[in-house]
Amino acid sequence: MSDSPDARLQAFLASVPYIRFLGMKAELAGDEMTAILPFSPHLIGNPVLPALHGGVLGAFMEMTALAQLSVLSTEMKLPKTIDVTIEYLRPGRALTTYARADVRKLGRRVANVHVEAWQEARSSPVAAIRGHFLLAGS
Amino acid sequence: MSDPSLPDMSLGMNSVPQAQAIGLEMISVSPGRGVMRVPFREDLVGDPATGVIAGGVVTTLLDHCCGMAVGSAAAMGTEGSFSTATLDLRIDYMRPAAPGASVTAEAHCYKHTHAIGFVRAIAHDGNPDDPVATAQAAFFLNRATAR
Repeated sequence: MSDSPDARLQAFLASVPYIRFLGMKAELAGDEMTAILPFSPHLIGNPVLPALHGGVLGAFMEMTALAQLSVLSTEMKLPKTIDVTIEYLRPGRALTTYARADVRKLGRRVANVHVEAWQEARSSPVAAIRGHFLLAGS
Repeated sequence: MSDPSLPDMSLGMNSVPQAQAIGLEMISVSPGRGVMRVPFREDLVGDPATGVIAGGVVTTLLDHCCGMAVGSAAAMGTEGSFSTATLDLRIDYMRPAAPGASVTAEAHCYKHTHAIGFVRAIAHDGNPDDPVATAQAAFFLNRATAR
């Protein structure tokens, strides 16, 4: 893929149709990436509250993990998700959602990544995932 | 096939914008069980190199299908409305779906208490004996007091 981490990140985001479907973006400040999911009516899972669909939050955090791995690796092929455990902490309200990934272990073949998502305050996360990803080329 | 004693949950599903957005289709619902499908669509692809539907779509499909299984189990013999909230959802991805394939989820709420439902589910692309993903989830049941 491309040379700079930011170029790799933006190339990853632009290449995946489902990321465009969600409307997800990401910004890199130094070595810290923040993923951004602007609110959109098609993301709602509970129209009564209203709240974001739990699957959307899970998908957004999984994509955040993959985006973070694209920042760290020059490998062109995307990692494959092995497993994810999603914890739901609060309803995702009709607001912009943010997420950051913490790569706990980047092995030769497998990465372990934790992601936390929040809306108004990072100290009040709406959801989190822990996941394993099979790195391409392994 | 749908059980006539259950509330018509397919009507509820049509009012969920994200379910409509990914084209989620209800296949069947019976007490404690639900089957749903997401037809393949180009804009739901997760890896442009392979043309396979995104893991995130499978996540939403499994979450929704598990919620329906919990709801149909908990709705049996009760009055009053309730809603479900996912506490946790664990998904293991066995293999990628076939390129261009639709994905079907089958969920079973094998145990529920007054407050919690426990669900197992699989997602497959044609053969339930060769799943693309398996899931395990726990749901909280918000029960409105029956009048």
